[in-house]
Amino acid sequence: MIEFILNGNKVQTDAAADTPLVWVIRDEFGLKGTKFGCGVAMCGVCTVHIDGNAIRSCSYPVSAANGKEVSTIESLNGEHPLQSAWVEEQVPQCGYCQSGQIMQAATLLKSNPNPTDEEIVNHMNSNYCRCMAYTRIKKAIKRAATSSVEYFDPNASKEGENA
Amino acid sequence: MSIRDISKEKKDMVSLSRRSFMVGSVKTSLLMAFGASALPSLLSAKEALASKTFAPNVWFEMDTTGKVTVNIAKAEMGQHVGTAIARILADELECDWNKVAIVHVDTDPKWGYMVTGGSWSVFQTYKPMSQAGAAGRQVLVRAGAELLGVSESSCEAKSGFIVSGSKKISYGDIVAKGNIDKTFSADELSALPIKPGNKKHLIGIGNDYKALDIPPKTDGTAVYGIDVEVDNMLYARPILPPTRYGSTVTNVDDSQAKSLPGYKGYKVLSDPSNTVEGWVAILASDYPTAIKAVDMVKVTYNAGKTVNVNEADIQKEGERICRDRNEGTLFVDEGNIVEAQQKAANTIEAMYTTSTASHFQLEPVNAVAEFKDGKWHIHTGNQWQGLTLPAVAKAAGVSDSEVVIHQYYLGGGFGRRLFGDWIIPTVLTAKAVGQPVKMLFMRPDDAMFDQPRSASTSLFNAAFDESGKFLGMEHALAAGWPTLAMAPSFMPDGVDGKGKVDPFSASGADHWYTMEHHRARVINNKVAQETFTPGWLRSVGQGWIVWGLESFIDEVAHEAKQNPVDFRLAMLDGKGKQAGKAPESVGGAKRLANTLEILKSKTANVKLAENEGIGYSVTAGQERTMPAWLATAAHVHVDKASGKITLKKLWVVADAGIVVHPDGAMAQMEGSLLWGTSLALFEHNEIKNGYVAKKNLTTYQPLRMKDVPEMDIEFVESDEFPVGLGEPGVIGVAPAVGNAVYEAVGVRLRHLPMLSSHVTEALSA
Repeated sequence: MIEFILNGNKVQTDAAADTPLVWVIRDEFGLKGTKFGCGVAMCGVCTVHIDGNAIRSCSYPVSAANGKEVSTIESLNGEHPLQSAWVEEQVPQCGYCQSGQIMQAATLLKSNPNPTDEEIVNHMNSNYCRCMAYTRIKKAIKRAATSSVEYFDPNASKEGENA
Repeated sequence: MSIRDISKEKKDMVSLSRRSFMVGSVKTSLLMAFGASALPSLLSAKEALASKTFAPNVWFEMDTTGKVTVNIAKAEMGQHVGTAIARILADELECDWNKVAIVHVDTDPKWGYMVTGGSWSVFQTYKPMSQAGAAGRQVLVRAGAELLGVSESSCEAKSGFIVSGSKKISYGDIVAKGNIDKTFSADELSALPIKPGNKKHLIGIGNDYKALDIPPKTDGTAVYGIDVEVDNMLYARPILPPTRYGSTVTNVDDSQAKSLPGYKGYKVLSDPSNTVEGWVAILASDYPTAIKAVDMVKVTYNAGKTVNVNEADIQKEGERICRDRNEGTLFVDEGNIVEAQQKAANTIEAMYTTSTASHFQLEPVNAVAEFKDGKWHIHTGNQWQGLTLPAVAKAAGVSDSEVVIHQYYLGGGFGRRLFGDWIIPTVLTAKAVGQPVKMLFMRPDDAMFDQPRSASTSLFNAAFDESGKFLGMEHALAAGWPTLAMAPSFMPDGVDGKGKVDPFSASGADHWYTMEHHRARVINNKVAQETFTPGWLRSVGQGWIVWGLESFIDEVAHEAKQNPVDFRLAMLDGKGKQAGKAPESVGGAKRLANTLEILKSKTANVKLAENEGIGYSVTAGQERTMPAWLATAAHVHVDKASGKITLKKLWVVADAGIVVHPDGAMAQMEGSLLWGTSLALFEHNEIKNGYVAKKNLTTYQPLRMKDVPEMDIEFVESDEFPVGLGEPGVIGVAPAVGNAVYEAVGVRLRHLPMLSSHVTEALSA
């Protein structure tokens, strides 16, 4: 019996210890917002948070989640600043990777509320978007960044449409 | 259905088919529907719309709050097609955009032939949806005027209200009080005034207007095929045979798998449609068990004959059939190229090739099949139900009317979800086990069962006179043909009557340059064709054909000692067959020249460092009957030591006629330019021992965020008929990059993708 906290609720599963967490989340607990893409942690569509860190649930055995806090896209309740930024910037095309993109980006903003372009690219580069909505993902993260202070950046003039 | 039928169908949609249009109050809603051409004459619109026996094609309905629900018979795979179609309607209906919703419908025959591809959706629906909206508006004006007690001519429809001076009534109130009953004949409908085709009239310009499918794609609530569950279903994962075709199962040993809790046995599939051969489906009560069991079941086969085929075999055959003028059929034959070559003082020849490339849409293919109430219910995301449904019915051994495909969001289409071949092993497994089945392909299964873009070979020959003047071009092009594999009845005859042509492996060779002598011969590569199912991949044939064409045009310009941009402009004179046709290509090559002129001036003052260059291309995808006029420029840097090509910036100037969803068009252009970049510099999946060699993203490596170049995208203001934009942006990137590399370091790259090893080899040659 494996026990963990899923989006704030204590849950138990009889799944085999080596079962990838993604199937337990999706098929046993019915939270379908987390997707399955490659099965080898290369695309990021299955990204969830475990104790606040972004991990690939397709390659994470459920037994390793024992006693930990697991959070999925559903835990954000549509209220995370990234989610409204995603709508404002009209980011998703097919949308399949976007739960994973948002969960990945959320850990960046938590540790670094005002990331530079380079920091965004370094943090997000491991998440594929097959529609290649990359420029909008980057713009939406900048929009959601929580810094309330704006500094004049002489190199920022080129940003906008294609930042 | 032949190609002529489909192009007629397309034209019928564009010019509005001969169907009547009904607007009528039914209970508390206002329904608006296209009726069959022979609308039962005894029924009024109201009666017909309310009748259960008569199934009208309800396109949209409005309730007493003024909410408009638009039924969408197109697949949503990231292009926001429902939003674009709803906007065309809403613009004419003058309803409140904040009260517009869309619903994706299943495969009821009343929706007509269902296909979402070829970048056709907006092109096909622009006129009928505009006219339907105008009809609805006229009816609401009349009913509103009556309720307000004013003359119809004093009324105006405005954002969900009928307004007359200081009086106004909302659409919702008209629906609640109105007793509307109006049928428009096809002639009346086509005579309705449509707003001038100026995109500024469209709702949302200057407003903050959003795509309707985006919010559920940010909070995890959007439902894709992979998310579907039905009661009592088993999970299945397939075991693929050693070749795509011709393998047979000789033995299955599942003794090890039997110890797994949840293992439910296996089925050897027998497929009357011959789509899958030698397949075994592994069943389990949960998917992780099915994944594990596949590794524990030993299947032995008689392998098909393509088990040793490699990419080099396909390329060798490609070159052979390009060089043998007896192979293939002519797609274009203008002037007399043979005579021109005989008289020529000089000729140049070049061969361009591309590697096999995969879709790798991020949602692996999957379906749920359930037999219920006498019908097969299929749950999946599919682009071409009109093609898929009959094949599924054949495999299941039932008639077409006994299959319903329920539509979901597509986790990437890009052409992979046109022919829904993955449904067939799903339905065969469900039939064999007598229980609903959800079949999901693991990523390597999906990669092996992909319909990849075939490796291709293009051979060009240009002739010049004594003065160096370019006389004409011979072009031979070969690849595996998707349309031959999946929809052979859609292939027209070649111009020499020697055989059929796959239009999706030929379009692009019929370019918009005026050339006195021009021949294009298309040939099917049978080695590719027999080894895998060649697929339609975003931008289809244009993606590899125009890569060769626009690179070779640069070679011709240099041979003629002319500037490649000016050389192109001179040939884009819009004369003869290049003048264009109404409505879809008004202006012809002149519009393409215009985009290149704009691009030329935009890039005139770009500063280039050492080993940098700018290259250009012009493209008119997806086909001559629906051209999006694009000029593309690429600024590259080449590292001579490592051979690495860095794409610094892309410019595109696009004339696509009226743009009905500007932000959506911009998104499609951004995505398609990056697809073009990825196919130009990153993606390749060579065939090895009968299958693509790279089966997961560990080895198949499309462009990621760090590789994104700067992009400058400009749409030309145009009131011309709207054309599709989902694919055309892909086409021009690879040749622009190749031409830029030539400008930067003087080497001509003739294979896609362009890898650093190709650069260093060419530099040391």
